[in-house]
Amino acid sequence: MRALTWQGTHKVQVDTVDDPEIINPRDAIIKVTSTAICGSDLHLYDGVIPGLLPGDVLGHEFMGEVVETGPKSTLQKGQRVVVPFTISCGQCFFCSTLQYSCCSNSNPVEKQDISANVYGHAMSGLFGYSHMTGGYSGGQAEYVRVPYSDVGPIVIPDHLEDEKVLFLSDILPTGWMAAENAQIQPDDTVAVWGCGPVGLFAIQSALVMGASQVIAVDHYPHRLELARQLGAQVINFRESNVLEALMEMSGGIGIDAVIDAVGMEAHGFAIDNIMDTAKQKIGFGADRVSALRQAIMAVRKGGRVSIPGVYGGMADKFPIGAIMEKGLQIRTGQTHVQRYTKDLLAKIEDGTLDTTFLISHRLPLEQAADGYKNFKEQQDTWTKVVLKPGMATENA
Amino acid sequence: MSEEARKGLWGTAGFAGLMLAAGAGAFISAQKDKRDKRNQTADDAPGFTARRGFGAYDVVGRTVTIARPREELFAFWKDFANLSTFMENIVSVKPTGADGRAVWTILAPAGRTVEVETEVVKEEPGKLIAWRSVPGSQIDTEGRVSFTDAPGNRGTRVSVRVAYKPPAGELGRMVAKLFMREPAVQARHDLKRFKMLMEAGEIATSARRKDQTRAAKQAEKQNDRQEETA
Repeated sequence: MRALTWQGTHKVQVDTVDDPEIINPRDAIIKVTSTAICGSDLHLYDGVIPGLLPGDVLGHEFMGEVVETGPKSTLQKGQRVVVPFTISCGQCFFCSTLQYSCCSNSNPVEKQDISANVYGHAMSGLFGYSHMTGGYSGGQAEYVRVPYSDVGPIVIPDHLEDEKVLFLSDILPTGWMAAENAQIQPDDTVAVWGCGPVGLFAIQSALVMGASQVIAVDHYPHRLELARQLGAQVINFRESNVLEALMEMSGGIGIDAVIDAVGMEAHGFAIDNIMDTAKQKIGFGADRVSALRQAIMAVRKGGRVSIPGVYGGMADKFPIGAIMEKGLQIRTGQTHVQRYTKDLLAKIEDGTLDTTFLISHRLPLEQAADGYKNFKEQQDTWTKVVLKPGMATENA
Repeated sequence: MSEEARKGLWGTAGFAGLMLAAGAGAFISAQKDKRDKRNQTADDAPGFTARRGFGAYDVVGRTVTIARPREELFAFWKDFANLSTFMENIVSVKPTGADGRAVWTILAPAGRTVEVETEVVKEEPGKLIAWRSVPGSQIDTEGRVSFTDAPGNRGTRVSVRVAYKPPAGELGRMVAKLFMREPAVQARHDLKRFKMLMEAGEIATSARRKDQTRAAKQAEKQNDRQEETA
């Protein structure tokens, strides 16, 4: 089959690789009809997530048609399904308490040691990501082997087209969980750093949950415009002093709940970020945390901090004093996708949530490498790339 | 170890949460030190986690919590033939008939295998199985697995403790290489595979094809080596 493979920093290419096959009884094979490039794929593209090997098939947002099932799969051939990016067994302590992204059993044993050493406990398996999370072949491919197909994939009714439901695989539940983790109350003012797909969906979710005011912080004009169209007020950090603006816009109280949808590769010219960037380049101190630092300064006393942005290592100059002295609550984590798919599918069906506004580009799988390059280099206008394995390739 | 000495040790096995009886004097005295010290520095850590060594014996221990009933896990383990489904270095464990005796065939470097015959020295239905190598074995080893109810509805805590003393000579070096590479890692991996098998009904693999799984690759390697040596 054809698949997008990682070869090294800023080097991805579409190759012919072995087709997947059923290995375990609960497996299914999915023929991919739509798959997307995620903002967190750019962390892999930039080489800041450890544990990738040349030839790894990327992609963790995908959906398609069931073409083969193991003896214990509950899926049927021909069904259309969206597959959560988190691989979860459904039976362990974590899955049975709906903490699917903490599953004990989905990360192959021999792959668990790295994260057990770095984080104290092993991570669950994820599609198309680091070998710390299993090194599972991802969805930017024609076919994918999907383990535990009886608990992960959600069956999609025929009348809903791919683009309406594809983002149930990751970014829609991630934005929703980000807002849920912010514990939004009806009169809250909420601020969201980063107007990428997750940030935009967090804004949308916060408004659905009843926040009275949502403020978006970014520096890309087009992305800020999308946030505004969703109903947020916007701050361009290149134009305005963010902390001062947020204090004013919240009536001098501070922000009730802040959401860092930026993660480990924050932009910005503040001195702390320049130092973080230098350290990240030489592999010394993995994470750039300037957006999170700013969010922690902006949140009011007793406020809530939600972190959907991806971090992988250590942070320097982390404002633990502000966290303690202001009495903040922090919630974070990889998304427990399976916890949300059913409810969010219902919200898509009844029109409460529309996610198609995000898609800026549709490309054949064969042009996936261009998709990565442009998503990385033209972030203002390339807001979301959907890849279609079946789409005809344009002649250049 | 004499029958009497063994009984004595099992009798005290509850202290300090240490669940292992071993034949080594050094090991026993390490237990005693720990027990004596408890008067001065209260410490409930399992004995094998002590920062001191156990003399000629290597001691490995690990506990996992498995969301399945105690009796079910006990029953699976009691059939030693099942152990090779999740213990990576074990080719097979074959019961030899009477007295709970079994022959363990263990993978060794260079395509070789080592055989160890063990006898079950203690069994409490639903709770505990303990085994030790019979006199004259190539490897002097003892082990036990215990099953206790986890709090609430979390299932069962499964604790494995294994002690072994590699023999001298060439075989000893080979066995040392086999066991001492990362014995704690091996024990941890095996128990996690046991947990996967019991909870999810299968052992996770991220391979795309059957011939790319870790188990398939290891079997292939083993076959190649055996062909080379043949």
